[in-house]
Amino acid sequence: MNDSLVVFKNVVKLFGEFVAVKEFSLEIKKGEFLAIMGPSGCGKTTTLRMLAGLDQPTSGEICLNGKLMNDVKPSERDTPMVWQTLALFPFLNVIKNVEFGLKMRGFSADERRIKAMTWLKRLEIEEFASRDISQLSGGQRQRVALARALVTEPKILLLDEPLSALDAHLVIRMQSVLTRLQRELDITFVYVTHSQSEAFAMADRVVIMAKGEIEQIGTPREIYRAPANRFIAEFIGRNNIISGSILDKKENLITLQSKAGPFSVSSPEKLSLEVGEKLNLVVSADVITVSEKKPEADNVIECSLIGEEFIGSIVTLFLEAKGGIEFKAQIQQREIQNLDIRSGSQLFLSWPTASGHILPK
Amino acid sequence: MTATRTTSLFFKSYICLVFVFVVAPILASFIFSFNSDRFPTIPLGNFTLHWYKTIYHDKDVWDALWISVTSAISVSIIATFIGFCTAYTDYRYNFFGKSAYLALALLPPTIPLVIMGLAMLAWLSHIGMSGRWYSIIIAHVVLCTPFAMAIIRIRLAQLNSSAEAAAWNLGASEWRTMGEIIIPFSLPAIISSLCLTAAVSFDEFAVSWFVSGLNKTIPVIILEVLQGQVDPQINAIGTFVFLTSMTLVVIAQILLMTRHGKGLSHE
Repeated sequence: MNDSLVVFKNVVKLFGEFVAVKEFSLEIKKGEFLAIMGPSGCGKTTTLRMLAGLDQPTSGEICLNGKLMNDVKPSERDTPMVWQTLALFPFLNVIKNVEFGLKMRGFSADERRIKAMTWLKRLEIEEFASRDISQLSGGQRQRVALARALVTEPKILLLDEPLSALDAHLVIRMQSVLTRLQRELDITFVYVTHSQSEAFAMADRVVIMAKGEIEQIGTPREIYRAPANRFIAEFIGRNNIISGSILDKKENLITLQSKAGPFSVSSPEKLSLEVGEKLNLVVSADVITVSEKKPEADNVIECSLIGEEFIGSIVTLFLEAKGGIEFKAQIQQREIQNLDIRSGSQLFLSWPTASGHILPK
Repeated sequence: MTATRTTSLFFKSYICLVFVFVVAPILASFIFSFNSDRFPTIPLGNFTLHWYKTIYHDKDVWDALWISVTSAISVSIIATFIGFCTAYTDYRYNFFGKSAYLALALLPPTIPLVIMGLAMLAWLSHIGMSGRWYSIIIAHVVLCTPFAMAIIRIRLAQLNSSAEAAAWNLGASEWRTMGEIIIPFSLPAIISSLCLTAAVSFDEFAVSWFVSGLNKTIPVIILEVLQGQVDPQINAIGTFVFLTSMTLVVIAQILLMTRHGKGLSHE
């Protein structure tokens, strides 16, 4: 029994000379919440549109449920989509919007009404059934768009940056609505976003794309702790990337010489590294401890504070070490109150050897 | 304070003057159409419906009315259809030379009507289609299509660019999408385009005069009557033409206004 629902095989998409997607191969499992993440123009939306049949692959194969989809019209696929702009039909009221897919499939007026109402109830917007779209708030419209896509009970739902226009608190609410729905319905969600927090908060697996290619596939935890390359380490942000060369290597420990000083890091099992080899060390900002007195720890570095970014309970400190190397450290707001912090303060950063991650070349 | 008040007063009187100059001649014509005197002089004579009765019994006026009305209806339908198709191509497709295509489609109203009429006459007689019942329709379709296209294009520009794809995505074929989404959404603009193009065709004189031959329309009849003598019949016909056109234009405006700003998906 094959459990993949969607298979992309060497899919290429050209727009004139421009390569939007190149040699894209991916299997999406049944009942999986998959996020495709990447900077704008990386080909993530094009990939989704090809799955919906709105763009044709230049070469390669796309299969859905074991069936080759390349020449199937969008209206004959069962791949409803939630659009970035929502694309609700402005002259139809809420329930007519939701009924649209059922109407196209030839359901009777009564059946349509019953099914649509069930979905409006499920998404807690039944009171707005006869309202005009223009009378709804952003969050309510979002729910209408979801109901409209799900009412035909598809096996897969495509979401193209659906939360990008919402306020921050609504994004968090909609994220929990989406994850709960996906679990209850047990269908596949393919979620395209440029937002790391959305992808990591909801997805079972995340695909990171850049310039039309897959950079890494993995669970959010894997990608966060062990980015596959420098692009990803930079893209997911709040990472310190330290370049240096190997000074010493024994058993499980590597000592790295950098401009900011020597650091030790647990040796990755998969890579065989030689003394003198150049490499990048990734230390995520949230594993760094900040203290005023020099601590007894593995990797200690003295820095001066150059700035701080305060977003609620977490504070990001920007610091500069010897040799002009910049560091970022994230700490809890309540911890920072015990520290004497102002611009130019001398602080000590430290992190355990096991928290560093060596980027494979 | 005083300065702004003076300026404001100045602008208000300016606007009033504009309206007076626009409306006064029409109003005068309206009043004199009920005046019993042969010549438009003040003081007015008695109130009379005589001039309306005269045109009511005039066969030429009835023939002209028939031609004007049938032409206006045919023109509005054909021009709106072509205008809709043009506007839809603009909404749906991007292609090389699109801006040239649009400029060309909007060109006819910029040509002076006399030139247009002459050119139409020359061309239609060249291909043996001048002076026929359909000559006016052909010429007016050329004249009116740009208006139809402009009105419908504005409406379509307010439709979310993904709306069509969203309908396909929900299982609607391309034709079904046309019937379920594009046409219902454009309907207010389509109806107002029907009204406006009918009004333009009904009013239009210069081109009609050149191409009509023996099939005279109402504006052509007015000029012919006027050339013979000053006759208050003209005031009666003029009032009738004015009311017809204004009704159509007002309907078009109401349709355009009530639907604007309502139910637009811009989020």
